Amino acid sequence: MNYDVVVVGGGPAGMASALKSDELGYKTLLVEVSDRLGGILPQCIHPGFGLHYFKEELTGGEFADRFIRKIEKENVEILLSSYLEDLTVGNEKILKLITPNGIKKIFTKSVIFATGARERHRHEIGILGDRVAGIYTAGEAQALMDLYGVLPGEKILIVGSGDVGLIMARRFALEGCEVVGVVEIMPYPGGLMRNVVQCLYDFDIPLLLQHKAISVKGRKRVERALVKNLKSGEEKWIDCDTLVIAAGLLPNIDIMRRIGVDIDERTKGVAVDEFFQTTSPGIFAAGNCVIINDLVDYAVEQGETAAIGASKYIEGTLPKNIRKLRIGQNVRYFAPQRVLGNEPFLIYGRVSKPMRNVKIKIGDVVVHSYPVARPSEMFRFKVKINIEDEDVVEAEEG
Amino acid sequence: MKTICIICPIGCELTVKEENGEIKVSGNLCPRGEEYGKTEYLNPKRVLITVIPCKNGELPVVSVKSSEPIDKELIPKVMKFLSEIVVDAAVDVGDVVIENLLGMGINIIATRKNYNIMLEEVQHIDI
Repeated sequence: MNYDVVVVGGGPAGMASALKSDELGYKTLLVEVSDRLGGILPQCIHPGFGLHYFKEELTGGEFADRFIRKIEKENVEILLSSYLEDLTVGNEKILKLITPNGIKKIFTKSVIFATGARERHRHEIGILGDRVAGIYTAGEAQALMDLYGVLPGEKILIVGSGDVGLIMARRFALEGCEVVGVVEIMPYPGGLMRNVVQCLYDFDIPLLLQHKAISVKGRKRVERALVKNLKSGEEKWIDCDTLVIAAGLLPNIDIMRRIGVDIDERTKGVAVDEFFQTTSPGIFAAGNCVIINDLVDYAVEQGETAAIGASKYIEGTLPKNIRKLRIGQNVRYFAPQRVLGNEPFLIYGRVSKPMRNVKIKIGDVVVHSYPVARPSEMFRFKVKINIEDEDVVEAEEG
Repeated sequence: MKTICIICPIGCELTVKEENGEIKVSGNLCPRGEEYGKTEYLNPKRVLITVIPCKNGELPVVSVKSSEPIDKELIPKVMKFLSEIVVDAAVDVGDVVIENLLGMGINIIATRKNYNIMLEEVQHIDI
């Protein structure tokens, strides 16, 4: 089978890419590994989605539903329960897919990866101790509760104060579980302020900043966890039957790594240009496999940008004047990491610490300023200046 | 009462006090913070989100939300009421699952599609 664009991943970024490619008139295939579209959205039952894209507040399920309805009406071909096993790059790209009807070979002019991210687990954040039941990542606990209606435990300790951790704290509390605390290694919460207020304060859930979960004890099930206060050095055991790990996401980039595209060691995602093309021509990426986004609206925006990029690649109109951006002080990471053309483009990133009166600079030019910037809230703005090779992206306070 | 304003990313730390019958908000940098502080003190409301068991559904539960924000102090009572509700699949996004919740004039609305496994096969599209 021959296509113009094959999109890998049926979450928000992938659905947006596929819809945009179809709208631009390209023969498009969307490949999704699970048996339904939407990615993690259907299990995100809380509101807060779509404020930018649809200008109204939706739940994750509602946001996904709008895209699913649209994509089912259009000409996009959708292949569910199918797994990308291998990719050969060249002028024509060959995908080897494992599908419910056997192994298929697909030929395409371009590929857009929208493979999302996976959660970090206990061993990646150094929680030692017993290998017992009752340890979940936040997304697993969320799927258990909100897709399958199963409570993962009764007395819960959450490790990590990213948005998923905070939102799960509220869900547990609302369903009558006791949330004994949220442990955060940094001196500031990892998630958005509105989630700290509405998820923790509303339910009087303690937030233990500068604390680290060290170990788990239990016979068959979690019985307690050892938590260390990093300021005083004091350690204490906290009784709980469930440990929920909400320690951030890592981009899913295995296949892209195998074909040898550049990886950004800071975002841990693939490096892209302003069209969201990777360093392999015709291979694009969007959403959380490029940079971990705060808002689904940004993942969708990146998906659409990648589809426009793929169209320019197919037509041979992508600009070719490659200039790299370098990272400077107070910036944790950003994408895109390189620029091909001279048109304005969107940049997404995070500062590395909470700051006031922040100026974001590229080269020597102040390109944007914020009254407050926190690592938990992504910066995103349009860059309208001309980029020189090796220009530095940095943030300045005051 | 102490809280943090969530209207914009600055996140002012607000203190709300009642003096001689008057509500006073301090710590805010703009009038929106004052408004937020007063509402949080006098009449805090939240959109309620949860899941409800769904009979014959492709998934055993359907996610729902309240059509309007609910008084914060009533949320435990509403959760208790909802814990005894079971709905029948199929359910579509936007379906009213419960009308006029506890006489509050608020509806509970489905936010996820759930097929009825007894009535329809989930479609797999193939190439």
